[in-house]
Amino acid sequence: MLNELDRPVDRRVLGIRVNGEDHQLLLPVHKTLLEVLREDLGLTGTKHGCELGECGTCTVLVEGEPHLSCLVLPVQLNGREVTTVEGLAAGSELSPLQRAFVDLGAAQCGYCTPGMLLAATALLRANPMPSNHEIREALAGNLCRCTGYSKIVEAVELAARA
Amino acid sequence: MLRLPRLRFLSPASPREAAAMARDGGATTMLVAGGTDLYPNLKRRQFAADTLVGLTQLRELHQVRGDAASGFELGAAVTLSVAARHPGLHTGYAEAAGLVSSPPLRNAGTIGGNLCVDTRCNYYNMTYEWRKAAGFCIKKDGDICLVAPGSPRCWALSSSDTAPVAIALGATVVLAAPDGERELPVAALYRDDGIDYLAKQPWEVVTALRLPPLDGVRTAYVKLRRRGSIDFPIAGCGVALRMDGDVVESARVVLSAVASHPVEAHAADQLLTGTRLDEETIAAAAEAAAKPAKPLDNADLSYVWRKKMVRVVVEQALRKAAARGDLS
Amino acid sequence: MPDLKIVGKAVAKPDAPAKVIGAAVYADDIVLPRMLHCKILRSPHPHARILSIDASAARRIRGVKAVITGEDLPIKFGILPVSQDERALEAEKVRYVGDPVAAVAAVDEETAAAALDAIRVEYEVLAPVMSIEEGLEQPKDERIHASRSLPANVHRLQSYEFGDLEAGWARARHQREDLFFFQGNTHLPMEQHSAVAQWVDGRLTLWSSTQVVHYVHRALARVLELPMTRIRVIGAVHGGGFGGKTDPFSHELVVAKLAMITGRPVKCTLTREEVFYAHRGRHPVLMWVRTGVDEDGRITAMHFRSALDGGGYGSYGAASVFYTGTLQTVTYDIPAYKFEGVRVFTNKPPCGPKRGHGTPQPRFALELHLDKIAQEIGIDPVELKRRNFVKPFTRAVNWLRITSCGLEECTDKVLAASGYATRARRRGRGMGFAVSAYMSGAGTAIYWNDMPHSEVQVKVDRTGVTAYCGAMDIGQGSDSVLAHIVAEELGVEPADVRLVTADTDSTPIDLGSYSSRVTFMAGNAALEAARKMRALLVSAVAERMGVSGDLDEIEVGGGRIGDFEFLEACELAETRWGALSTAGAYTPPRIGGPFKGSGVGPSPAYSYSAAVVDAEADERTGIVTVKRVWIAHDVGRAIDPLLVIGQVEGGVYMGLGEALMEEQTFRKGLHKWPSMLEYKSPTFLDTPEIETFLVETVDPEGPYGAKEAGQGPLLPVIPALNAALFDALGVWVDETPITPEKVLKALKDGRVGPKAFPAVPWPEPIVVAPPAPDDMRIGAELEAAFAQAGGDA
Repeated sequence: MLNELDRPVDRRVLGIRVNGEDHQLLLPVHKTLLEVLREDLGLTGTKHGCELGECGTCTVLVEGEPHLSCLVLPVQLNGREVTTVEGLAAGSELSPLQRAFVDLGAAQCGYCTPGMLLAATALLRANPMPSNHEIREALAGNLCRCTGYSKIVEAVELAARA
Repeated sequence: MLRLPRLRFLSPASPREAAAMARDGGATTMLVAGGTDLYPNLKRRQFAADTLVGLTQLRELHQVRGDAASGFELGAAVTLSVAARHPGLHTGYAEAAGLVSSPPLRNAGTIGGNLCVDTRCNYYNMTYEWRKAAGFCIKKDGDICLVAPGSPRCWALSSSDTAPVAIALGATVVLAAPDGERELPVAALYRDDGIDYLAKQPWEVVTALRLPPLDGVRTAYVKLRRRGSIDFPIAGCGVALRMDGDVVESARVVLSAVASHPVEAHAADQLLTGTRLDEETIAAAAEAAAKPAKPLDNADLSYVWRKKMVRVVVEQALRKAAARGDLS
Repeated sequence: MPDLKIVGKAVAKPDAPAKVIGAAVYADDIVLPRMLHCKILRSPHPHARILSIDASAARRIRGVKAVITGEDLPIKFGILPVSQDERALEAEKVRYVGDPVAAVAAVDEETAAAALDAIRVEYEVLAPVMSIEEGLEQPKDERIHASRSLPANVHRLQSYEFGDLEAGWARARHQREDLFFFQGNTHLPMEQHSAVAQWVDGRLTLWSSTQVVHYVHRALARVLELPMTRIRVIGAVHGGGFGGKTDPFSHELVVAKLAMITGRPVKCTLTREEVFYAHRGRHPVLMWVRTGVDEDGRITAMHFRSALDGGGYGSYGAASVFYTGTLQTVTYDIPAYKFEGVRVFTNKPPCGPKRGHGTPQPRFALELHLDKIAQEIGIDPVELKRRNFVKPFTRAVNWLRITSCGLEECTDKVLAASGYATRARRRGRGMGFAVSAYMSGAGTAIYWNDMPHSEVQVKVDRTGVTAYCGAMDIGQGSDSVLAHIVAEELGVEPADVRLVTADTDSTPIDLGSYSSRVTFMAGNAALEAARKMRALLVSAVAERMGVSGDLDEIEVGGGRIGDFEFLEACELAETRWGALSTAGAYTPPRIGGPFKGSGVGPSPAYSYSAAVVDAEADERTGIVTVKRVWIAHDVGRAIDPLLVIGQVEGGVYMGLGEALMEEQTFRKGLHKWPSMLEYKSPTFLDTPEIETFLVETVDPEGPYGAKEAGQGPLLPVIPALNAALFDALGVWVDETPITPEKVLKALKDGRVGPKAFPAVPWPEPIVVAPPAPDDMRIGAELEAAFAQAGGDA
């Protein structure tokens, strides 16, 4: 690992579109989307639990699809748009899903919440009236240690009805 | 945070160019598609790569051609979730693609990547610091296999969920090299070794998976894992059956996660061919398939139990495939 | 109690909106100008002497600003006064793989991580001790910790006798003994530990993901040799603790030191693997229990032994041993009770408090043990347990004081909802029932003192009300509890109560969010402070209204006090009284008996829970699937039912995880799987529907009658699952977790579980005369009685 410091850094100017805004960044190409969002764009709403793709905490949307940002390199985005938790609300209006999470207590410590919201947002776009089981299937890659999942499922169901 | 090592990233304009870049770069240059297998492994320093050759920017690798009647050609960069929901695709293959890992990972992981997924072991899929404390292993940086210390070879586990059904179907892959392509049965893509587990040059690029016409074949994949998502297989079975009424015309049973390569259970195939498919023959076939399976203590849960479960997943896969008569 | 307007209302947490828009600032989100990043070098050996450390090469690396080792932080610390056995960076020896040895501060994480490779440490490897049995044997090389008085690698040794055991055994018509083992597991919070330190002009500020700003504050002062007035600890928004963030940690001390040396802010965020090494999780416990019952199945005597695998350091372990032995008596009436407990050091990450702290293990053992007794003597297990339930407002044989007790109601609710009594009996499907109890805050503080355990200040001025409390909201909703209580007393909505919490500069002491103490203790403190403020507001309003005499006539509620809007009332009071500031505090009264060690176990009130688990067990594969869980929890009073239900469901989920799949195991001295992939925690697809019932017994000690909800509900779920397995297949798995292989083995052998309890050099028991069962004296009255009787030990 020490010898890695002798390697040159492959820096590129990369364009990435996040939450509807375009950014041109000079980035080491080995920085993951997770790191770029948090450290270069100051968008710390995207959290991380393992950085190995094992917990779902870092979920963002790429062209509306849930992806694990800890395993995405911006150079591979190829122009696809990224949505983070900061991009869900319409101005200062919470989305129905965000509102449901607040009202039903689906966010306790809140650390898994951004990832859950994005995965659930994608689900509701593809399947506006998901069943309990379909919600569980769609969010199965997102771990939570606080809620036992019940309230999250209920919040998604509530938002679906909204 | 765990971070990737410093890497150069090359974006070739064609698969052949990719192969050339990989070949010219040598051992420290690696091909990458979705990255869902490679990036975690790189963060743990399981490879000494300093250059990546990207494949997902190649549009031709994202194509899906064909249909049930003529057979499908799936570009290697087609994602697992696209494959899992593609209409008309062989049921067992789509099923397997949809069981890989978890939903967000499947949106980036590719069908080519899953065929080539690195072999796994409890002693290997750990961070650099952990492996250093363990003394390293023969697959990376060490001299002995920590699971079977007396053995001269590596026993890391084949962990592809899609390979078994692909093999059972007699599917082929297309490999690109700098100067041409070749087609290879998926069955011939693997070697019985935890380190050199692919029978292709490291720089050959998988460009497509060709699935034969459906033609009444019934397929199924059953995956055993501890949890309902995220986990790799700890035993799995893909089957392809051709039936004439309730008599088996031909059968191919292939196991995942029991060895360093997907294991074709020829004894089970032979036992099933020409027989009436009922609970007795299913049980006998499962027994025959499980017999040579010798899982080691390098995955989740006890290997003794995993061995017992091979029978169960084979039976379940056979039953599932048999019941899919009207879906072809 | 008058009609409550706010307490009992389901209101969303005040911090939830920030969390759902990604605006909540957790420790790793903090970025300060010129901030450096710290990585910690950890021991690769489970047990070794450090012969030398050479950091010179690391210091020369470009971008590295400082490297420290054990000699830079030599002062020992530890959460308990009796276990000051840790150093922020070890200098003499290392005691588990992951033990911190050196730390680097560099311009970025990549440089810091690479620099670790350049630090040369020479170790003399020592034979590791990796199990309870090995911990009790003479060590091959040397003890893990030196000791003046204890043998082998023993850390703690206890023996107590309460009541007349001889008579108890003599009365027993039937006796049975059983062995159980509860495997170690860990908290696995989604948020990795993280801390940021800043040193400016002789003052240190630390932001940390912690449950205990006050204990971290004390540890920083001690180790860094700084006065507490020069240190400020701020609890960052917290991403999950469950007991895993209740110790002061190496990385917190290290970033502080590095900030002091470099003059720049320093951040350290642990990787997931490091979180496994920080641990402080569930002790693996081996248990032996022998119980005597009369012809009706009523317990006449019980002897309980527990052996704890403590890991490399003390942490809360001295208390953990007590906890494995004290709460047996607050669920079941045990007239004569003997408890022996031992904790050994082993060369693994230190164990400490995880949700339930030392009580899930004996709860597991006790519930299954009683099930087996019932089966043996032919009494229905539910009936047998009922016959032995404690009664409310009684004193247990070990002096623990039971106030409100909803065991009967909880039991009735889950039995009715699940249809347990009339369940279809078929092989492969079964239901299990279990009950439990838990403390609402420990009756004694971590460090001996006579000061309050929780203090709340309430400030009012013309802009409204603010409440200050040191309590940390770890996701459980303690902020909401404070807001609810203050809102109730002052007649406003919770959203109108501004909160300042978990900042040692501005908030008064609260010992921390552990031991389920916050609702109870901070709640009581808030109640006192709010009532005092209410009196000031009401009297100012009364004066203006010309009302004298009975001030209760002045209505408070709905945003009004008397004839005035709340803010108008604030102005009246500010005019009348000047600066408005009130304070409240809560100190648990003396409850424990007159004997050494009586401080652990007593609580001002106990919550109670009952659970039924419905599970399928496949006898061919051994796979157990939980179909549904019914849980009833006596919370005393649900201050905010939304949050209480969230805690109950979360506790059930965590209990299921421990019962089915969570386990920490070690191989060749290494943690076998320090990753979120291999350490299995249940996903959406592994967690069943949970049906929750809240029972409100309105405890006289709790604020509005409230008791705890954060830990109790986890406890009955685990034995209930194993009981369901027995119901389904007629076999016992007397250990956790249940794996398919264990089920198959149990089908072959009838039972899977420990075979023996090792020989332990138990000390002579402390023999304690029990109280009268109706002796409800506490506090000064109790102290006086003991003084009169000749003082306690």
